[in-house]
Amino acid sequence: MADYRVKIAGVEFENPIIAASGSYGFGREYGQFYSLDEIGGVSVKGLTLKPREGNDAPRIAETPMGILNSVGLQNPGVDYFLAQELPFLKQFKTKVIANIAGNTIEEYCRMAEKISDSAVDMIEMNISCPNVKEGGVAFGVCPATVEEITRAVRQYAKKPLIVKLSPNVTDITETARAAEAGGADAVSLINTLTGMAIDIHTRRPILHNNIGGLSGPAVKPVAVRMVWQVRQAVNIPIIGMGGISSGEDAVEFLLAGANAVAVGTHHFVDPMAAVRVMEGIKNYMNAYHIERVCDLTGAVQPY
Amino acid sequence: MKTMIGTVAYHREIVPGIFDMGIDCGEAANAAQAGQFVNILCEGGDALLRRPISVCDAEGNLLRIVYEVKGKGTTLLSKYQVGQSVNFLGPLGHGFDTASAGEKPLVIGGGIGTYPLLLLTKKLNNANVFLGFRDKNRLTLLDEFERIANTKAATDDGSFGYHGLVTDLVKTHLEQHGGSMIYACGPKPMLKAVQALAAQYGVPSRLSMEERMGCGIGACLVCACKTKAADGQVHQSHVCCDGPVFDGKTIVFD
Ligand SMILES: Cc1cc2nc3c(=O)[nH]c(=O)nc-3n(C[C@H](O)[C@H](O)[C@H](O)COP(=O)(O)OP(=O)(O)OC[C@H]3O[C@@H](n4cnc5c(N)ncnc54)[C@H](O)[C@@H]3O)c2cc1C
Ligand SMILES: Cc1cc2nc3c(=O)[nH]c(=O)nc-3n(C[C@H](O)[C@H](O)[C@H](O)COP(=O)(O)O)c2cc1C
Ligand code: FES
Repeated sequence: MADYRVKIAGVEFENPIIAASGSYGFGREYGQFYSLDEIGGVSVKGLTLKPREGNDAPRIAETPMGILNSVGLQNPGVDYFLAQELPFLKQFKTKVIANIAGNTIEEYCRMAEKISDSAVDMIEMNISCPNVKEGGVAFGVCPATVEEITRAVRQYAKKPLIVKLSPNVTDITETARAAEAGGADAVSLINTLTGMAIDIHTRRPILHNNIGGLSGPAVKPVAVRMVWQVRQAVNIPIIGMGGISSGEDAVEFLLAGANAVAVGTHHFVDPMAAVRVMEGIKNYMNAYHIERVCDLTGAVQPY
Repeated sequence: MKTMIGTVAYHREIVPGIFDMGIDCGEAANAAQAGQFVNILCEGGDALLRRPISVCDAEGNLLRIVYEVKGKGTTLLSKYQVGQSVNFLGPLGHGFDTASAGEKPLVIGGGIGTYPLLLLTKKLNNANVFLGFRDKNRLTLLDEFERIANTKAATDDGSFGYHGLVTDLVKTHLEQHGGSMIYACGPKPMLKAVQALAAQYGVPSRLSMEERMGCGIGACLVCACKTKAADGQVHQSHVCCDGPVFDGKTIVFD
């Protein structure tokens, strides 16, 4: 019997598949298609201290093998999540990752504090969301602020802390190192790449926010490259994501150095995406007689 | 819930660029309510997301959709052959509540928004139907509506029926006969005008909204539509799961 479990910062996941934040709500919708016991973890929709309505529509545009989104962090707020949504998720074996976003360091700390007293398994700090004009980007792109905010939140977080890295930087290993130096227990990458699409007939951007975040198959090679570079730069675990739509894609991320992987955009194409990606990993392990999924992590043999 | 696999039972181009497809999908067809939609995977090319298309009609095991070819996805769909499988989710969303139709319901459609009104009109047996088209080359399903309800048509260029906006016809009708409920689907400017007419004549309304979608089931939050709650607060609701049909007075148009 092969072993699909992975351990990240002391938290044991049944398998390395995590639902990526923002693609999966709070698990209820895709939970109608299969039991949430079947996936290792769920990173919930990005939470803010107060409820947020998000941006005006259109919030999505399809681009070649990808999508741009500009949801703008619409969410019911961290208190509502803890009271109304968390109990649903905790019925399952899946590990719950609270994804948080703030406008100030204090907001991140307040949220980490609130979540620390709950049944959430891990906290994922989104310092890279490109949609919120007030901040997001500023925290995520400068190594010094990444370290500062990680150190600050680390003090309030009584749960393992994941820092989600932005790909919109010149050298992602710098922000990864900064997160590790600040006390992050793990990093996740990549968040969306900033992009734009224009309707040439109306001469207006498709997204009401003008710009948005690119995800889906189009970003996969960039994401794999970044995971590989970050693997060589830090010692903490990595959750890899960006365009995963099959078991083969997931294995690529594991080989590049990821300890677990997340699936986002592909849920919209196939509601069974997470389960199918896991099946694909199992098939690969069978074919190559691999006993433990964790043996794949970082096993790429570069030239 | 699960992904549905149906089979193309028939597929024809009813006017240039507009297709009528029957999907044999067993039980799922029975469950369909007027105003609901299916989220179709358009296979055979590189259209990534599913495309939302309204249920036009449902009879026995057949789910009927009518769609206009716009871009990548609908072009791929138009190539589907009889017997080919169709991968879709649904029927999804909240449709039209026919229970509150009352004695004198009005059904108002514009362009691609006329398709979902066929099943609705069938369910109501006393509707007055008003349909707006760009020109006479775009007239679709008109004969089918005429067979089941008192139907009036308008075209933007006057090439068929009333020359002008469908809402002009509606205004005249409300003026003379009043109404108990207004059901509408069509482009935003038309819906906005319908909302204003509904308010002016004190008739409740149900408006079917359209927005670009991702998941189609309430998980990704991209299909936002501004609505006003009872307390006057404006929220971003979601077309795929809170709609596509909303109580007209709650919609906030820009
Ligand atoms: C609830 C609902 C019901 C609909 N019912 C029908 C119907 O019965 N018949 C019909 O012809 N059309 C209907 N539409 C519109 C239809 O979904 C779009 O025309 C179609 O998605 C265009 O796809 P495309 O690949 O041809 O165009 P592309 O321009 O290549 O599409 C690119 C992306 O934009 C999205 N998009 C483009 N135009 C629209 C639009 N007007 N509304 C929503 N998304 C859009 C597509 O879904 C896709 O994600 C409906 C839309 C919604 C939201
Ligand atoms: C609609 C949508 C909403 C998202 N919202 C969030 C969010 O709230 N917080 C976050 O950290 N990432 C968010 N993301 C980014 C994803 O979690 C993920 O990092 C990215 O989409 C790459 O993975 P994918 O290509 O598999 O989608 C969102 C992505 C999408 C498509
Ligand atoms: S399309 Fe995903 S929430 Fe409506």
